Amino acid sequence: MAAASVRPQPADRPEFVREVGDMPAGLRIDVPLTLWERVYRIDAVRQATLLVLLAVLWQVYATSLNNNLVLPSFSETLDAVWNGLVTGPLLSRAWTSIRVLVLGYVAGIVVAGILTLLAISTRLGSDLLNLLTAMFNPLPAIALLPLALLWFGLGQGSILFVLIHAVLWPLALNTHAGFRGVGETLRLTGQSFGLRGARFAVKILIPAAFPAILSGLKISWAFAWRTLIAAELVFGVSSGGGGLGWYIFENRNQLEIPNVFAGLFTVIALGLLVEGVIFRAIERVTVRRWGMQR
Amino acid sequence: MSSASIAVLPQPLLAVRGVTVQYKTADHLVTAVYRASFDVHPGDRFVMLGPSGCGKSTLLKSIAGFIRPVEGDILLESRPVRAAGPDRIMVFQEFDQLLPWKTVRDNVVFALVETGVSRRDAHERAQHNLERVGLAKFADLYPHMLSGGMKQRVALARAMALEAKILLMDEPFAALDALTRRRMQEELLALWDDVGFTLVFVTHSIEEATIVGSRILVLSPHPGRVRAELNVPAGIEARAALDRRIHHLLFGDDATERAVRTVHGGR
Repeated sequence: MAAASVRPQPADRPEFVREVGDMPAGLRIDVPLTLWERVYRIDAVRQATLLVLLAVLWQVYATSLNNNLVLPSFSETLDAVWNGLVTGPLLSRAWTSIRVLVLGYVAGIVVAGILTLLAISTRLGSDLLNLLTAMFNPLPAIALLPLALLWFGLGQGSILFVLIHAVLWPLALNTHAGFRGVGETLRLTGQSFGLRGARFAVKILIPAAFPAILSGLKISWAFAWRTLIAAELVFGVSSGGGGLGWYIFENRNQLEIPNVFAGLFTVIALGLLVEGVIFRAIERVTVRRWGMQR
Repeated sequence: MSSASIAVLPQPLLAVRGVTVQYKTADHLVTAVYRASFDVHPGDRFVMLGPSGCGKSTLLKSIAGFIRPVEGDILLESRPVRAAGPDRIMVFQEFDQLLPWKTVRDNVVFALVETGVSRRDAHERAQHNLERVGLAKFADLYPHMLSGGMKQRVALARAMALEAKILLMDEPFAALDALTRRRMQEELLALWDDVGFTLVFVTHSIEEATIVGSRILVLSPHPGRVRAELNVPAGIEARAALDRRIHHLLFGDDATERAVRTVHGGR
């Protein structure tokens, strides 16, 4: 190009220095939030509002449908829950379920812990864990139930077996991923303080991988719940008192549909309780306080 | 002991003798450092300087005991270094060297307790060292609430609290903004004046080397070999001269001339 390209020169400007002085009187630098803004910031308030909204929708639709064999209304379901708790067997059924659930969950955590520790200490252990998770994680726990019945008979043993299967793989997978994600700097720092082996795992790896471990615990908790209810639906009658799954199945056979909903409602309510109270509390005193999660 | 050859100088605190360090990548065996030898004496502010990738961090890691050299010896007070230990504490460049699940105070206390200090003494020493770096007010905060410079100060306080024989710093201020970096360098020198620790400091900045160091080890580009060991003089003029000298050592006259020509728009 022949056009003479003249490079723009920075303009010549004088320097200046000035005093900033005081802020104008009456101008507020920190403006407090309004009451509404403050209330809206509370998680529980927003979530409770959503819950109420869903309940209202349910109530309105069920009332207009007016057929409690298909869809009992929210108030009818609450009634059935109340009656089930006070006069019926709902409380003891729920208790049976929770007991088995906690037993299976804890056993699953222990086995997952052993497998993951093996996986981080030897390369063969890591291969083993990867192979086993790839094989068994996609396998629905309930598909193992017929086999479990054969091995452990009708009873708690079979349910515990499928529960451990439901908890073990997602938890081991998450925990192992969490351990592998612990940064080099933290590892070396731990080593400089002379931490080795089990002490290194307990004092450095587990807290550093805690966000991943916690999410594994949550996922496997949900898996355990759904596996348990499904297992009870299949053969809950023979396993002693029977749990919530059996309660649902029994009432459906007798066309006590509000009771079916009461059973489902209890499952959901317990799930919300664990998620919203227990896991939330654990998060608050750990990963949130440590700034690993918002 | 054959004391004839070392009659002039006292026994070095750290002796590196013909050290070669290699590491494996997926398909190569890379030699990072080749037959490096040098001594660090008590009270030194020993800077290892070299271009990026010359193996200076690798060399520091093998002094810390994280990597084993394939050849040569690293002797701390005449004893060979075999593994990582609290007698050589490393301050890293990364801010995530503090345990996020412990408060500032507990980060220091934890390190002390794990290395065998009683809990009471640990609390006292933590408090004292956090005061030294000006962070006593922030002792109960968690690391994620601190700025980058404050985190590095905590790491420094923790390292000093351990009263290690030697403090290893791997570009500790490189991830800080320029103003904070400048202040941290001054603070480090002030702390050295106060406490008198022995420091091995890795950097790729010539400027930082002449500010922080009392003696500078210049390493050649990959693989790292010892190019020079220089003393840092007092006075700004002398330092600027040293700065230019190191520049020549590292980049040669050719590179300097090329840089000058590029600036003037020639080809």
